[in-house]
Amino acid sequence: MSDVSPTGPMLAADGTPLKKKLAQALFLSRVRAFGLVAPLLLFILASFIVPIMTLLWQGVHNNTYEKYMPQSTAVLAEWDAVSAPTEEMYAALVADLVTARETRDIGKVATRVNREKSGTRSLFTSSARSAAKMETPFREALIDKDEDWADIEVWQAMKIASLSLTPAFYAAAVDYTYNADGSFEPAEENRQIYVFLFLKTFAVSLAVTVCCFLLGYPVAYLLSTLPMRTSNLLMILVLLPFWTSLLVRTTAWIAMLQSQGVLNDIFVTIGLTSDDQRFSLIYNMTGTIIAMTHILLPFMILPLYSVMRGISPSYVRAAKSLGATNWTAFWRVYFPATIPGIGAGALLVFILSIGYYITPALVGGQDGQLISNFIADHMQKTLNWSLAAALGGLLLASVLILYWIYDKIVGIDNMKLG
Amino acid sequence: MDGTSANAFVAFDHVQKSYDGEILVVKDLNLFIDKGEFLTMLGPSGSGKTTCLMMLAGFETATHGDILLDGRPINNIPPHKRGIGMVFQNYALFPHMTVGENLSFPLEVRGMSKAVREEKVAKALDMVQMGEFASRRPAQLSGGQQQRIALARALVFEPELVLMDEPLGALDKQLREHMQYEIKHIHERLGVTVVYVTHDQSEALTMSDRIAVFDDGRIQQLAPPEDLYERPENAFVAQFIGENNKMIGTVTAIEGSTATVTLSDGMSVNALAVNCEGVGKPTMLSIRPERVKIGEAGENTADALVSELIYLGDHIRCRMTVAGNDEFIVKVPNAAGHTHLRVGETAKVSWLTEDCRALDAV
Ligand SMILES: Nc1ncnc2c1ncn2[C@@H]1O[C@H](COP(=O)(O)OP(=O)(O)OP(=O)(O)O)[C@@H](O)[C@H]1O
Ligand SMILES: [Mg+2]
Repeated sequence: MSDVSPTGPMLAADGTPLKKKLAQALFLSRVRAFGLVAPLLLFILASFIVPIMTLLWQGVHNNTYEKYMPQSTAVLAEWDAVSAPTEEMYAALVADLVTARETRDIGKVATRVNREKSGTRSLFTSSARSAAKMETPFREALIDKDEDWADIEVWQAMKIASLSLTPAFYAAAVDYTYNADGSFEPAEENRQIYVFLFLKTFAVSLAVTVCCFLLGYPVAYLLSTLPMRTSNLLMILVLLPFWTSLLVRTTAWIAMLQSQGVLNDIFVTIGLTSDDQRFSLIYNMTGTIIAMTHILLPFMILPLYSVMRGISPSYVRAAKSLGATNWTAFWRVYFPATIPGIGAGALLVFILSIGYYITPALVGGQDGQLISNFIADHMQKTLNWSLAAALGGLLLASVLILYWIYDKIVGIDNMKLG
Repeated sequence: MDGTSANAFVAFDHVQKSYDGEILVVKDLNLFIDKGEFLTMLGPSGSGKTTCLMMLAGFETATHGDILLDGRPINNIPPHKRGIGMVFQNYALFPHMTVGENLSFPLEVRGMSKAVREEKVAKALDMVQMGEFASRRPAQLSGGQQQRIALARALVFEPELVLMDEPLGALDKQLREHMQYEIKHIHERLGVTVVYVTHDQSEALTMSDRIAVFDDGRIQQLAPPEDLYERPENAFVAQFIGENNKMIGTVTAIEGSTATVTLSDGMSVNALAVNCEGVGKPTMLSIRPERVKIGEAGENTADALVSELIYLGDHIRCRMTVAGNDEFIVKVPNAAGHTHLRVGETAKVSWLTEDCRALDAV
């Protein structure tokens, strides 16, 4: 026991204040604890947090133009985007074209501007070829080479491209275009695809979550009520999908669901449909939902099972002894007790399916592609990383919002993952 | 007091129960409980008490035999229609409902109006002195408070029969004694029939009208507390209830209600023939420590080597070796002029023939 002097703070046995002593003791144990988690922390930092931050940064920052066309960037910054381009701007452009061609970076610049106004790619590459031979006045020289250089829209596209820090990609990710004068307007009707894609992704994720819940809840209940030995055996069946490669499982679904596949053959045999009107169960939304439900089902069953295992049978017994029917006992007593498991399972499945990529890519066909397939497309094919980053950023934001809503409604501390 | 099958409120009639089809957990149970009675099932762990209670509540079905409630066979009525209040060992209060909602639940499923429900809940909470706690969650209550709420919930819908499975098992000694008194009090006030399960014999002795001592799936003895303590009918009950001195011997003669028994050291004593099979058979003699006197005043006398003395204030607990049994306990009252013993000395102990019961050998 330490003494309390009538005036001062509580003192430890050696006379130092107790608070300080405690802080010292805790500091050491904190340092030790930190030492233990440091490797993991570094790993997460390097492999997770830094890449995500870089990605988010790419979504709002693209300095291709600024980097390779420095003089033009400087004069474009002065320009008001409405008056006719001045000779000074043409001169800077020619100077930049010459160096960009020499360093072989002109292609990148052309691609960057082309994203803002399509059809301008060759304008840049061909003009750059002859730029070195051009002489004053550059305005006439360029327009002589290609009259598109007189088009103010080309210059506006260049101004947008010259802004390294830009909301243009996020705007594009929600089907808006960013104008050179700083305003936003809806993209042309036939180019509005991303909002619809986001909505479709949410709808599919919701459908998959609901399917997983409907299929998983009874299974989890069965597992939790069976004797340990039987339930362990069944658990292996539930976990089986985890042990086979994703590709194999998805391919198996193709064999099952295609129009000459097992399921359709059965339907035809039992007369559910005729041979020339087989159901299209794959390469569309249906296929995506079926295959994703199968793959994500364990993520619903496991948290549900662990919650249900923990529910003492005496609750339901108590409810029945108090006069409740089977249904009332289930609905009023058992079901509320499983909500933490439902919440955890649904959140897991939903978040996983929002970002699901491989299954829709393999069995989704045209119709079953989700937002992540387009992100992958922009990463791998069109190489528009900034747009991919913006789409990814929005996806991340929507997951966080979802998490926040869940926390408000159910409470995160109510979640039980296993 | 003793019910018969004709007018008993609860009747177990030749009930057997097996979970796995190999072992009988309950073997031929016959038990008749009167209305308003407080009956305790007492027995060691695994003796089938909970199983009996669960069959009565309808969560397990009897493998053989009938269970009757107020004359009607209960086996075919679903649990929720039996109107039996139940207090579970872990209380089983619904964690997502407040105390008030927990109590209101049985009334709600019976379709009572809100006004009636509120009145009954308030009354039940007052009965267990938990009136201010209606809006708390079970997790915000102490063990003893949860226990009271569980009790109130089992009583709020006014069942005629209340089952309690070791309801005080999780409480500390002081609170347990307090709750024993309260449960007993409520039982007397409401006149409900209570079937109570415990493996704490002092709890059983203080609360019950009758106690059924369970062992090995059978009722070993069914009797009021004082009979159980003073007149155990077999070796198990004598050993299980209270402190017991046992001496093993062989019956040499039986004359009326008196049996003559030769102990293992060759000494011959007389005992009350309660449950011995006959001449020449082994038997266990049972004497309560407080019925043994130091000195030669009694009808049977034996030599005793004092091996340990423990001073307990009101009495001195004396461990001796008598007839080869070195766990023979005598309680010497700390009265004026009592005999002062010393460890290592040999003294005489004596007892009355009627206090020494010849039981079955174990
Ligand atoms: N669901 C069950 N399945 C199989 N055997 C069971 C089951 N429940 C109980 N038993 C067995 O039945 C026997 C009696 O169990 P029971 O629960 O009735 O004992 P108890 O007298 O209540 O014991 P305790 O004082 O420990 O609660 C035990 O041997 C137990 O292993
Ligand atoms: Mg039990």
